[in-house]
Amino acid sequence: MPIPQTRNIGLPMMNLLRFKGLPILQQLHIEEQLLRTSSENWCIINDGTNDPTIVMGVSGKPAELLEIESVLRDQVPVIRRFTGGGTVIVDCGTIFATFICNKEAVPDLQPYPRPIMSWSSLLYGKVFQGIGDFHLRENDYVFGNHKFGGNAQSITKSRWIHHTSFLWDFDVRNMTYLKLPKRAPEYRSARGHLDFICCMKDYMPRSTFINKTVEATGTQFSLRSYPLEAIETGSETEFYPSTRFLTDEELEAAAAAGQ
Amino acid sequence: MASRMLWASRAASYLRISMFHRGFSTVLNDLKYADSHEWVKVNGNSATIGITDHAQDHLGDVVYVELPEVGATVKQGGSFGAVESVKATSDVNSPVSGKVVEVNEELSNSPALVNSSPYENGWIIKVEMNDAGELKNLMGSEEYSKFCEEEDSKH
Repeated sequence: MPIPQTRNIGLPMMNLLRFKGLPILQQLHIEEQLLRTSSENWCIINDGTNDPTIVMGVSGKPAELLEIESVLRDQVPVIRRFTGGGTVIVDCGTIFATFICNKEAVPDLQPYPRPIMSWSSLLYGKVFQGIGDFHLRENDYVFGNHKFGGNAQSITKSRWIHHTSFLWDFDVRNMTYLKLPKRAPEYRSARGHLDFICCMKDYMPRSTFINKTVEATGTQFSLRSYPLEAIETGSETEFYPSTRFLTDEELEAAAAAGQ
Repeated sequence: MASRMLWASRAASYLRISMFHRGFSTVLNDLKYADSHEWVKVNGNSATIGITDHAQDHLGDVVYVELPEVGATVKQGGSFGAVESVKATSDVNSPVSGKVVEVNEELSNSPALVNSSPYENGWIIKVEMNDAGELKNLMGSEEYSKFCEEEDSKH
């Protein structure tokens, strides 16, 4: 969808990066680098990722969160990302939306987790207006009491990132790799994965969600499409992201130690 | 009224709590403060560092603390670790430059100490300072209290 050419005078600039099927590790590396080394605002949309991958938060303990035996048997990749929050398994049915902002980019927004999540829920509220009883519930994006989007954040001295993996669709079999987390929101009420989550595809076409997200973002920022080839990743830069795959050895050791 | 104020003032003085605070955030008189909401307690060349009551209150329940290695170098204003709360990692920045000589290992088992005791048991690192002159870049308790009030009133 073309970005409207009308110049939004007075709105802060935001670069829009759009990917389709970008490997999630690469997406996270780009995000971590932009958070730490860029001084601009960014919106990143990745429409699906190529291979099913487990993504844990920074403090995730594999033995608590994963069925490690199955994960190792089926060689499902496991990533520890740089943001907080819980564990997801992502694949081609997942749509990723990320905001990376300078502290002052959103007027009157305190750079703490709950205000940032309030802001993002208002933005997505515009996307889902009148659809499916959308709201932010105990820090999850839900339709009613079913979660369809997991979000996480990282906050530095002068910038923050809020990123979300939206379950437009998912493979039921993949959920069997994840255990019921010890730390869960109250509204989950000990429900298993399949009773707790739902698919966005039951509410909105894929392209509609992406277009509406870009449109909602455009009401607060002056968006400009950023050429993908201009994003430098890899060894040419001096930034070393902390987000990485966990090795089989690390997963085996975690299973043995019950961590 | 006057005797109640006198009692409050004496209690505050005994507890080293600044009278200049509004709401529920506590500020201690004998510490220095960074505008990123870390505190430092200086004893000779040694500095103990943590996050303030204002910060822990705004962050929410801390579930994990990322600690640096002993021996790591820190720079004034630079990040040395992070706390996780409400699905977010938040950088913790050093108010002074120097070398990390001790980290609070207790936080690995009890990260909530940062919330329950931000100025005592929730300390995060101890640093051997290499430039005490940097302390002049930090705020005292009165200035920091006003800083917090202004930040909160803007939002």
